Amino acid sequence: MDYLTLLQVLDSTVRLATPLLLACLAGLFSERAGIFDIGLEGKMLLAAFFSAAVAYLTGSVWLGLLAGIGSSMVLAGLHGLASITFRGNQLISGVAINFLAAGMTVLIAQDWFKQGGRTPSLIGGARFEPITLPLADTLHPVPVIGPLYHDLISGHTILVYVAFLCVPATWWVLYRTRFGLRLRAVGENPAAVDTAGVSVVGLRYAAVAICGILCGIAGAYLATALQAGFVKDMTAGRGYIALAALIFAKWRPWYALSSTLLFGLLQAVALRYQNIDLGGVVIPVQVMDALPYILTVVILAGFVGKAIPPRAGGEPYVKER
Amino acid sequence: MDIMPKWADVVLIPLISLILAAILSALVILGIGEDPVAAVKLMVTGALGSTYGWGYTLYYATNFMFTGLAVAVAFHASMFNIGGEGQAMLGGLGVALICLFVPWPHWSIAILGAIAASALFGAAWAAIPAYLQARRGSHIVITTIMFNFIAAALLNYVLVNLLRPKGAMDPATAKFPAATNLPTLHELLAPFGISFSKSAPANISLIVAVLACFGVWALIWRTRLGYEIRAFGKSESGARYAGISPFKITMLAMLISGGLAGMMAINNVMGEAERLVLNAVEGAGFIGIAVSLMGRNHPFGVFLAAILFGFLYQGGAELALWTNIPRELIVVIQALVILFTGALDNMVRIPLERMFLALRKTEG
Amino acid sequence: MTSPAIELKGISKAFGPVQANKDISIAVQPGTIHGIIGENGAGKSTLMSILYGFYKADAGEIFIKGQKTAIPDSQAAIAAGIGMVFQHFKLVQNFTVLENIVLGAEDGALLRPSLGKARRELRRLEQEYELHVDPDALIENLSVGHQQRVEILKALYRQANILILDEPTGVLTPTEADQLFRILARLREEGKTIILITHKLREIMDITDTVSVMRRGEMTATVKTAETSPEQLAELMVGRKVLLRVEKAPARPGKTVLEVEDLQVTDDSGVERLKGISLNIRAGEILGIAGVAGNGQSELLEVLGGVSAAQGTIRVNGAEIDLTGKHSDGQSRRARGIAHVPEDRQSEGLIMDFQAWENVGFGYHHDPAYQKNALFMDNAALRADTARKMEKFDVRPPDPSLPAKNFSGGNQQKIVVAREIECNPDLLLVGQPTRGVDIGAIEFIHKQIIALRDEGKAILLVSVELDEIMSLSDRIAVMFDGMIMGERLPEDTNAQELGLLMAGVANGGAA
Repeated sequence: MDYLTLLQVLDSTVRLATPLLLACLAGLFSERAGIFDIGLEGKMLLAAFFSAAVAYLTGSVWLGLLAGIGSSMVLAGLHGLASITFRGNQLISGVAINFLAAGMTVLIAQDWFKQGGRTPSLIGGARFEPITLPLADTLHPVPVIGPLYHDLISGHTILVYVAFLCVPATWWVLYRTRFGLRLRAVGENPAAVDTAGVSVVGLRYAAVAICGILCGIAGAYLATALQAGFVKDMTAGRGYIALAALIFAKWRPWYALSSTLLFGLLQAVALRYQNIDLGGVVIPVQVMDALPYILTVVILAGFVGKAIPPRAGGEPYVKER
Repeated sequence: MDIMPKWADVVLIPLISLILAAILSALVILGIGEDPVAAVKLMVTGALGSTYGWGYTLYYATNFMFTGLAVAVAFHASMFNIGGEGQAMLGGLGVALICLFVPWPHWSIAILGAIAASALFGAAWAAIPAYLQARRGSHIVITTIMFNFIAAALLNYVLVNLLRPKGAMDPATAKFPAATNLPTLHELLAPFGISFSKSAPANISLIVAVLACFGVWALIWRTRLGYEIRAFGKSESGARYAGISPFKITMLAMLISGGLAGMMAINNVMGEAERLVLNAVEGAGFIGIAVSLMGRNHPFGVFLAAILFGFLYQGGAELALWTNIPRELIVVIQALVILFTGALDNMVRIPLERMFLALRKTEG
Repeated sequence: MTSPAIELKGISKAFGPVQANKDISIAVQPGTIHGIIGENGAGKSTLMSILYGFYKADAGEIFIKGQKTAIPDSQAAIAAGIGMVFQHFKLVQNFTVLENIVLGAEDGALLRPSLGKARRELRRLEQEYELHVDPDALIENLSVGHQQRVEILKALYRQANILILDEPTGVLTPTEADQLFRILARLREEGKTIILITHKLREIMDITDTVSVMRRGEMTATVKTAETSPEQLAELMVGRKVLLRVEKAPARPGKTVLEVEDLQVTDDSGVERLKGISLNIRAGEILGIAGVAGNGQSELLEVLGGVSAAQGTIRVNGAEIDLTGKHSDGQSRRARGIAHVPEDRQSEGLIMDFQAWENVGFGYHHDPAYQKNALFMDNAALRADTARKMEKFDVRPPDPSLPAKNFSGGNQQKIVVAREIECNPDLLLVGQPTRGVDIGAIEFIHKQIIALRDEGKAILLVSVELDEIMSLSDRIAVMFDGMIMGERLPEDTNAQELGLLMAGVANGGAA
């Protein structure tokens, strides 16, 4: 493999890791606050549809982004209602949200666009365009670094940079602010937060809302940046992979970056090479398709170190003496 | 003291949840510019208005009984098996192999072989997540989801590269030999002088599914294993104290669960398609979740809920055929049922409990 | 006369059909330690939770320093100068002491200034009240006694003038409890008002100025501590005369039933829980294991009961028992004549959602008497057996179909005890038999245990209640840090000596 091919694969890695990273950080906020969320998938899917639909109808990708975030937050609110207010089973709520999104997107897409559950292709201002960073073209001829800067670092859409900036931002919020302290506390021991006179419900809703925003951006990225429009079930399990990445990352922001990049790399390789020929042994494309999921299982099985989830995760908070 | 009488818990709460889901679904239909009343009428005639409709309703219901029971058994052991979809896919593979490569003399023997193969393959697919849960603490919800994706890839590989007949384009096996074709309700009812639509796919698997309902009921409520499953599901620390092995129960409950999901294949693969196609399961594994929640994890409840969803599925197909409402409406209804009967249970329960409390106070 | 630091008037609170507090009025004078005593379920904790804004009272008023004050939430309680130390600490285990103290009382949105301020303030509080604790230690690495100090510091940091402590000594060694009482006395000197909730008469007599007694949700009396006696308080708590001692004849021990040699347990995180325990029990004898919770008693019970694995040797009636293999579980222990009343009936001894008859079969569901055939259980036989046991052990209501969660604590425990005693074991393991149980049921359960001993059975009793150990045991072994510190005869020892052993002081001073 030559250098340029490597850069292309890495470039593709960054593109594919971006939605995973956003969803993973979304899950991080929610789960750090003690709310398990297997509904990342559904939130991304709904956001993908509404961002594409609104971007197409208005011609503005920014309005599309807003719509995506809004729709994702509606589902986040529903998850909050079920798991915080009514203390329901968070896993079941997540499953319901995923199906709700899977059904509603096709239903509405068919009603609005009559193209078999997809939006028309997005063009021009209805899509996020790649940004060329300063000096990218000037530096291009410089050996090694030039192509690296030009092909890998420059030339992504704004949302990619947003996603990567979210990593230090998440770290800072979590470990350097009052909100972060309380958020981490409520996921570990909500009773401590409650008896300290801080609202458990308020904190958890805030966390779920942030989760909704980030999933919204992730979905919008899928439909308006990575691809040009919405197609049925376009998230294709990314929400679940993000969850696995979150566990792999031990619920920490910087680790989340590396674990999602790893999954992004896997997807990039699977996308680029169909049947991989390893000196006579051909790895069929199906193995590459299944690899992220297999890797997730391996990670979950703890073969790469034990992950301790937030202690109060998944448990509805009931006041006790 | 229980605040509510048992009948309210078993009947009233699922009923209210269902009504809420129905109202919201009606709003969705209105939202996409269709008439909910007309839609319901169309669904009823399409699914229940003829033996043809009934034949499809019961065919789908058979699928959902198997997957619903699968979810219910795992729920009793306090595990959430979202892997019914993948387990049913593998069950299909088991059925295909045994129908294609064993020369069966008659369907009555073939169905026994197919039941064994489908249950075995489904159970095997559930075994790995179960083992990882029991031994490594890997969350079974996420591992079973992953195994759905892996199953799809595996089936894709097997159908495309191994079982596809030479020259065929679509990823599917050859037709099964005629000796393995199961009798449909048309053939089964004819000797009794009942005429049933010839083209509807409901078949003898329905009877197997009903028997499975009885079997699961007896297992859960009448056997030692069932007792241990329920005890483990309610309290793992209690189970340890009583000498009930968490590992054994986790494995057995998931094997039974996966086996039941796999057995669905005798209906859709052996009974209906008579060959294995790529997306044979069509989401029935997921509908099992809604069916089990709706049926309160009780086999009789699962039976009723499966028929309800069979009706919705067939009615939904009719809607898609005659109106602009896509089949995905069923996915939305399914989501709403899961939401209301599963996650928002307390939203219905708490006001009801208050009501019963107030009632009792006025009675003195 | 100054107005009371805190006054409650006509407080009532119901949970569904249960009336937890009925028209309660109480006045606490400033600068005093006011005890509230009552049996489990008498409504003490509910009352304090109302005071701390955790629950909303159905009726009644609260006055702080004579001012009527509404306390809708914990924030309001904190603002009114009330601090609470809960029985189960409300600390974040993987946070530092400082972070726990700051949580909820930060200054501004950024953390750094808040932590700096808290560090300075903590230093001042440490000096003022002699409450030493490392501000940068993680909570999970602190001893229980130090965690409790963090809770007290949390309240003081929030400038609490009224400090409520709910059963504060339950998890402490007698020495740690004495330290706590010195801290409380110091706080009283500094003018703080303290409300101490407990079910231990001794603590009330030792430290309080005034005591209020609660029974079944009602406040039955408030008296000056100096003017009352333990007997009078006990009678007020229960509503009738109580025998504080258990009547029993001297033991007549027979042959050795249980022999334990060099038992060792290491937990998942590599901590040694049992460090070479050896003991034996003879037929017709009760061996009591005293000790502060968490010193290996639970592990000892679990190993003997087959719940967890261990290294070492255990023999029952001379035959060795498998400790690690496939046949080391509760089922095989029962087959060997070992019955086990676990420490925690709610999470182990019973399945709370199961009906009484299902619970009577719990752990005995393989018993041939309960089988119809190879496949099915004989539920009817189990129901009939349950009805018989409920009658014999006076379980109320005697309804085999009632779920376990709907019985009172005492009746739940009677179901467990009935199940384990009626299987006619050679060795009975009993953990905390009367935790959270009313006095009537305590007396009944104690009598049953003595009766079993008199039938010639061996009994291992684990309890954190020293009084219970001293009144039931024929011999007492004291555990500390996974070891047995010493063995005493109840008639030759006293609470002080046992207390020293429980704190890890070998030889217990005298002896």
